[in-house]
Amino acid sequence: MLGTGILRGLKETARNVIGSFREKDRLPTVMYPEETVKTKENFRTFPFLVYDGDHAMPGLRCVSCRICEKECPPQCIFIIQERDENNKAVKHPRVFDIDFSVCMQCGICAEVCPFDAIKMDNIYELAGEDRFTGLLVDKHRLAKSNHYYHQIKPTEANEVDGRLAEDKRKAEEAAKAKAAAAAAKAAPPPTAAT
Amino acid sequence: MIPGVSIEEKTDPLQGQILEVSMGPHHPSTHGVFRMDVKLDGERIVSLKPVFGYLHRNHEKIAEDVSYLGSIPYTDRLDYLCSLTNNWAYCLAVEKLSGFEIPERAEYIRVIVGELTRLVNHTCLMGFFVQDLGAMGTPLMYAFREREKILDLFEGLTGARMMCNYMRFGGVRCDLPVGWIDEVKKVIAAFPRFLDEFESLLTQNEILIARAQGVGVLSKELAINAGITGPCLRASGVGHDLRKVDAYSIYSRFDFKVPIGAHGDCYDRFMIRLLEMRESLKILDQAIAALPSGQIIDPKAKSRGLRPKAGEAYGRIEAPKGELGFYLISEGGPSPYRYRVRPPSLINLTVLEDMCLGGTVADAIATLGSIDIVLGEVDR
Repeated sequence: MLGTGILRGLKETARNVIGSFREKDRLPTVMYPEETVKTKENFRTFPFLVYDGDHAMPGLRCVSCRICEKECPPQCIFIIQERDENNKAVKHPRVFDIDFSVCMQCGICAEVCPFDAIKMDNIYELAGEDRFTGLLVDKHRLAKSNHYYHQIKPTEANEVDGRLAEDKRKAEEAAKAKAAAAAAKAAPPPTAAT
Repeated sequence: MIPGVSIEEKTDPLQGQILEVSMGPHHPSTHGVFRMDVKLDGERIVSLKPVFGYLHRNHEKIAEDVSYLGSIPYTDRLDYLCSLTNNWAYCLAVEKLSGFEIPERAEYIRVIVGELTRLVNHTCLMGFFVQDLGAMGTPLMYAFREREKILDLFEGLTGARMMCNYMRFGGVRCDLPVGWIDEVKKVIAAFPRFLDEFESLLTQNEILIARAQGVGVLSKELAINAGITGPCLRASGVGHDLRKVDAYSIYSRFDFKVPIGAHGDCYDRFMIRLLEMRESLKILDQAIAALPSGQIIDPKAKSRGLRPKAGEAYGRIEAPKGELGFYLISEGGPSPYRYRVRPPSLINLTVLEDMCLGGTVADAIATLGSIDIVLGEVDR
């Protein structure tokens, strides 16, 4: 009979309307900005630079190797390496800028960084008044502590910390072995001396 | 004179008046910036020329300039409703080029996210399609509500809701988070209820039937000759699905059917998607049950600084919209010499005129909606 299809559809609509008062599944919206949905741990927006310790500038993990700058698909990272008074390169960035208006939040910089120095943030309320300088973020604004990283991404940060500690231990062992070998070489064994 | 609308009057004493109307590029039914140059005899369409390119972003040339890895986030932006299948097709082409092997677990993860993407795309399409027919809001919002649940899954796994950037050459970027599979199971278990409701809401609705049945008919012969793929081809009665034909990845292990239409009209194209979603759910159930543990990426594969040996490869998959292929030529350098995308939306658009001729303007809107185009992919 003509019209039964429409009536059946209206029944569905009514079920959804009434259901929206009872079931969370049928009304999943929240009243933003008063309420927000909790983001997932993996959620990523823009990159930030991780520093260890209490002070941002000496503590940056970045050694200014510029791999992220080369790999960044839209080329939004700009790095100049720091130099000391003898014009010798120092493992620290003098300038580290990311243009957030160009960044497409792909996360490739964090993926390719061999020093775990750049990671993806999860802030998303970034609207500003200034279009040009406001979104061109320098190293001071990018630097965030390892503590913050642990807060936003606990699983990933623990993994990274474990890996870094392991690397450090290996490096120390290698250095020790190297020192021992050098010492053994410097002082020839007594059998050879006689 | 309204900006963007050109009206040309041609008077023919025998034909009456032929009116040329430029529909688009900012017409809400064109799903983006797409223009149809339509000549009308009264309300009937006598000629229709699709005009596209308004969203051209130079994707192919950019990809020839950046590294192989750097192209993956750009492929997300081709068909922005289903970024994961775009990633997959591109990675498949690069894997063919450089001969990486994909571990079992990665293959299963790819199938799971790929089929979830198909659900996302088809729910969206059905919502948009009925929206084009005038069902303002309600069905689209129901569809979006279900899509959100899957997007939440993507957010938990890949970090982004739409621009996932998840697959890598020889596997996937990161392993499944703890408890993710349980969430997927929950979503899949609730999904048939939505499909049932959506079906009883729409499929027997007299208005939808009147607007969609017998409209925009695409014959079997024309569909084959024009290279139409995906649900549009299957709605015309051709049982061609790359998941069965190529059996790429591990699709040969799953038990699923390929729904086929009979008339090739808008209603068939709409129904095919509903049925395909049910088949996708079957594949998802099987894939989750059989998900093995192990590596997620080929240890030999490297993403950064990849320089495949000289050669060429074509990787294609059954994307939700049809056959999505990437054709790559390598000269051994850090970026491909030639990078070509075969977008299903663009090829499916080529028969738009044949489907619309003789119909009314409103039918053209319905036909365009049922083809399922995303302009990011058409224009690249």
